[in-house]
Amino acid sequence: MKLKQSDLWMGLAILAAFFVLAWLPLAPGADGWLSIVVPITMYTVLATSWAIFSGPTHYVSLATAAFFGVGSYTLALGLESLPYPVLLIIAAILGAIMAALVGWATLRLSGVYFVIFTLGLAELTRQVFTWYQNNMGGTRGSYVFTDLTDAHIYWQLLALALLVYLVGWLINRSRLGFAIRIIGGDESVAKHSGINVAWSKIVLFMVSGSVAAVVGAILAPRFVYIEPSMAFNPQLSFMVVIMALLGGTQRLWGPLMGAIPFAFVWEIIASNFPAQTTLLMGVAFLLVVFYIPNGISGVLIRWYHKARSKPGVSHE
Amino acid sequence: MSSAVLLEVRNVVKRFGGLVAINGVSFDVHEHEVLGLIGPNGSGKTTMMNLISGALPATDGYIAMDDKLLTDLPTRKIARAGIARTFQLVRVIPSMTVLENVMAGAVFGHKKLWGHALAVYAERQLERVGLVGISHKLTADLTYIDQKRVELARALASDPKVILLDEWLAGLNPTELQTGIELIRSLRDDGRTVILVEHVMDAIRSLCDRCVVMSTGNIIAQGTPAEVLADPQVIEAYLGEDYE
Repeated sequence: MKLKQSDLWMGLAILAAFFVLAWLPLAPGADGWLSIVVPITMYTVLATSWAIFSGPTHYVSLATAAFFGVGSYTLALGLESLPYPVLLIIAAILGAIMAALVGWATLRLSGVYFVIFTLGLAELTRQVFTWYQNNMGGTRGSYVFTDLTDAHIYWQLLALALLVYLVGWLINRSRLGFAIRIIGGDESVAKHSGINVAWSKIVLFMVSGSVAAVVGAILAPRFVYIEPSMAFNPQLSFMVVIMALLGGTQRLWGPLMGAIPFAFVWEIIASNFPAQTTLLMGVAFLLVVFYIPNGISGVLIRWYHKARSKPGVSHE
Repeated sequence: MSSAVLLEVRNVVKRFGGLVAINGVSFDVHEHEVLGLIGPNGSGKTTMMNLISGALPATDGYIAMDDKLLTDLPTRKIARAGIARTFQLVRVIPSMTVLENVMAGAVFGHKKLWGHALAVYAERQLERVGLVGISHKLTADLTYIDQKRVELARALASDPKVILLDEWLAGLNPTELQTGIELIRSLRDDGRTVILVEHVMDAIRSLCDRCVVMSTGNIIAQGTPAEVLADPQVIEAYLGEDYE
């Protein structure tokens, strides 16, 4: 399929936006609000890559924390022996391998088993790392000493976000993207159309897992000291799901629409009700699922169609 | 009718736990014929279709096409070998446009198109089944009959050697039925082989070159529609013993 003129303009607009965003850390007083901008960028990358797999397949993955943690630990454990960029690549590969194994083992099963398995996976990896550090490593946690500041982390996340959008866009235009939409619509039709259902799902899950692992590696220096309960925090997985669903998973830009508002809301919740965060996260989840099942992007798309077409014609 | 055997079904058994749905069935399907698979409800017709398309694995026996064993292949490879189907309960993807639904048949299987060629090709399949000017509608907004047409267009899009139609004519009004019958006949004229499960007797009489009649998992008669419909065993299976 040829590149449309509108795609080209969209691409240029996105590049321009990233260029502007890249100057953010140089603005006056940036240190203060980088502390909220870094998590927003992180969650945008995680939720967008989560939606690349879970959006079309409707398989809700709670494994983000597992990939993230493996990425963080790759960096923490390898920092003394290997150069930093190599560690990012290793994190990406480990994330992809882990996703392939999990996918191979579970994606043949129905959705519910997959959700439970991915939730268990994060816990399992956490326990394995804890056990290893207790019995073999000598210490509980690891120090991550680098010269990287919040600005460096932000720039890396921004570059990764650009890469995720590019990959997501390419997938959407590809046979694989078409295959995964058919699979999400009706697996039986997909099989009878000649689609390798398991393989398609595994490839997309690998993309998603690999990105989450790289995010974990990039974020590790920010923790300075990491231990399993931080690196494999299940709350991260739930946050990603809520943000992606709040934003909507039908478009690539959907999760962004969820990550930005929810990160601010979460900041308010965490500072005012530190003891009730889990409860309030559950409430947020219910509100999203009940009131905006197609997310903010879904609402925007509906308004757009309403404005364009005659009244009464719905595109739901 | 004297043409070569395309599809061989041999001693096929399908058990669901203790229930024997297909009990050692054997028959041949010849090239370029319309074969009717008929029989009362629950006789195993749809199960047989599911075994041929690979939707279900056979418990025993085998199915082969052109000397290629289909029985052990995954569904997608059976599709790629050139077998396409429609479903008894129509299966279209409601969130996709009509054109996308049809395109789905011609990308990954027997036919591997993409881009502009794919769109043009899919549009032609839609014309073939009598759907014009609605290709950008969402399939969810179509009537049941039109959804069935979309499903047939998707099956045709894969350019199959064998096409399985599971009660595709059910629910059509008399005019639509006539068009439907013509359409299926034209598939045979294209050189395709058609296996259809059908209850509409008019369609069976006018379309089928041969019929295989099933009852409770067994074949009870084979032959031309006139022959099998006159067979006392067939009449008994359909209407019960006391029918005069």
